[in-house]
Amino acid sequence: MNLEISLRKRLGDFTLAVDFITHADRVGIFGRSGSGKSTLAHLIAGLISPDQGRIELDGELLYCSDQRICRPPERRRIAVVFQHAHLFPHMCVRRNLLYGYNRTPAKLRKIEPKDLIEVLDLGDLLDRRVLALSGGERQRVALGRAVLASPRLLVMDEPLAALDEALKYQIIPYLTAISERFAVPTLLISHSMNEMQLMTDEVIVLHKGEVSAQTTPEELARQRMGWTRAGYINLLKLADPIEEDGLFSYRWNGTRLLIGTGGPGEALFELSSKDIMLFRGHPGAISARNLLPCRAVGTFEMDGRVGVELACGSERLIAQVMKGAAHELGICPGIEIYAVMKASAFRRLY
Amino acid sequence: MLELTPADYQAIWLSTRVAVVATLLSLPFGYAMAYLLVFSRVRGKAFIDGLVNLPLVLPPVVVGYLLLLLLGRHGWLGSLLDAWGIHIVFTWKAAVLASMVVGFPLLVRSIRLGLEGIDEKLLQASRTLGAHWYDTLFTIIIPLSGRSVLAGATLMFARSLGEFGATIIIAGNIPGVTQTIPLAIYDYTNTPGGDRMALSLCIVSVVLSFAVLLLNEGLLRRFSPRREP
Repeated sequence: MNLEISLRKRLGDFTLAVDFITHADRVGIFGRSGSGKSTLAHLIAGLISPDQGRIELDGELLYCSDQRICRPPERRRIAVVFQHAHLFPHMCVRRNLLYGYNRTPAKLRKIEPKDLIEVLDLGDLLDRRVLALSGGERQRVALGRAVLASPRLLVMDEPLAALDEALKYQIIPYLTAISERFAVPTLLISHSMNEMQLMTDEVIVLHKGEVSAQTTPEELARQRMGWTRAGYINLLKLADPIEEDGLFSYRWNGTRLLIGTGGPGEALFELSSKDIMLFRGHPGAISARNLLPCRAVGTFEMDGRVGVELACGSERLIAQVMKGAAHELGICPGIEIYAVMKASAFRRLY
Repeated sequence: MLELTPADYQAIWLSTRVAVVATLLSLPFGYAMAYLLVFSRVRGKAFIDGLVNLPLVLPPVVVGYLLLLLLGRHGWLGSLLDAWGIHIVFTWKAAVLASMVVGFPLLVRSIRLGLEGIDEKLLQASRTLGAHWYDTLFTIIIPLSGRSVLAGATLMFARSLGEFGATIIIAGNIPGVTQTIPLAIYDYTNTPGGDRMALSLCIVSVVLSFAVLLLNEGLLRRFSPRREP
């Protein structure tokens, strides 16, 4: 995708002034509520008009105040998934799904309903009325409806914010499957760092209506380590659990991790950089259940804290220590080090 | 108990016909007006709104008189129509017109409430999926406003059945031609010994109105979005 944005929009006391160019296929717009994320999404989709500026998508001008071009939303081929599914209540799931598909010229259709229904696991829902669906099912149908219009860009405006925590992470695999399987460029609006890490390749950070950074999700997560209480969040996708002594042992990178909150099947866990302790030598007997020999491959400093990038086989983890501790441990790239995590430090996302 | 003369049957038939025709003819205009008031960005919406609602607050007799001025032989519209050989005043068409004007605000109000209740995000979703405004109108807005259209049409139909003031001015009270149920009742009450006949027509009027309400209720239930298939 090639998206060039330069927009000005005044809404009461708030002014949005955004300029950026991106070539990534999975772009995130990240910022707190009130930073103008949703306004930007609506401007790009053509649902509200800018005061001035230009929007160019893959070489086509969608809006240009100088040349007086303003394509209406129905001619932009930018589909939107809203925070609430907003399915058409008088249609069944099938008709909702096909709404955009039927309005897309045959030669522009790139995605067939059959494939999409399979990927999103919607087969059993097709004849249901949308009011009889659960929150997660509705959002899946909304996603399918948008994707079947074969959009040039899929804008997702906080698509998971209305779902509860567990459901949120059940939907994410579907969202990632969409961009992988159908190669639809996506623009994800969210205030969740985890979502940025899981679903984007490039992040545009909005602050008070302006672009404050354009970076990778990894870089942003590292920067945030310095000033958020949660620290850097390591996301671990684990499988093959075995239950032993009330804990779950998951296969990870040739070894096994003991985790308190497990369950059957594949799962995604978050582990804060703060919850990884580092030992220079083998600590001997410890109460924490996970002890991993690793190698430090890099360090970075954020506001007095040092992030340590650890290589454990082919996997990477980020731990954080205070500057003094890093000095005492003599942490530098290349040294062997032990990482220790309690079984209770892992938080299961799904 | 019911004593109905052939003239009464004619009045009942005429009332029903006038109400049906007035309601059906008003529907597209009422819908267009409600759409305009809710979705368009025209200037002077408050003025248009006021104009639409005027017959609701004006005495029907005044509405009838204004219509007479407009459509009478010497009225500007009346003389124009006269030139084409169309006569409206003192025909059943005038009764239809009177009902249309008096019932119009009720119809528009009801549809408007329904349109305002449609989530704007649904319309945005349909447009981003490639639907033009007329496509959105026919596939989203009209299906979702069915209940309010029905409610408005029922109100308008009931109002038309009872229309008196404007009708008597512009259509007159000609038995068999423009005499609807209310006008016939009015006639009976002015005739010595006509009480029983008036009562009979009153009963017919009550039954007719009640039947319309029941029909409306039944249809609304069928249209209910919460109903399982």
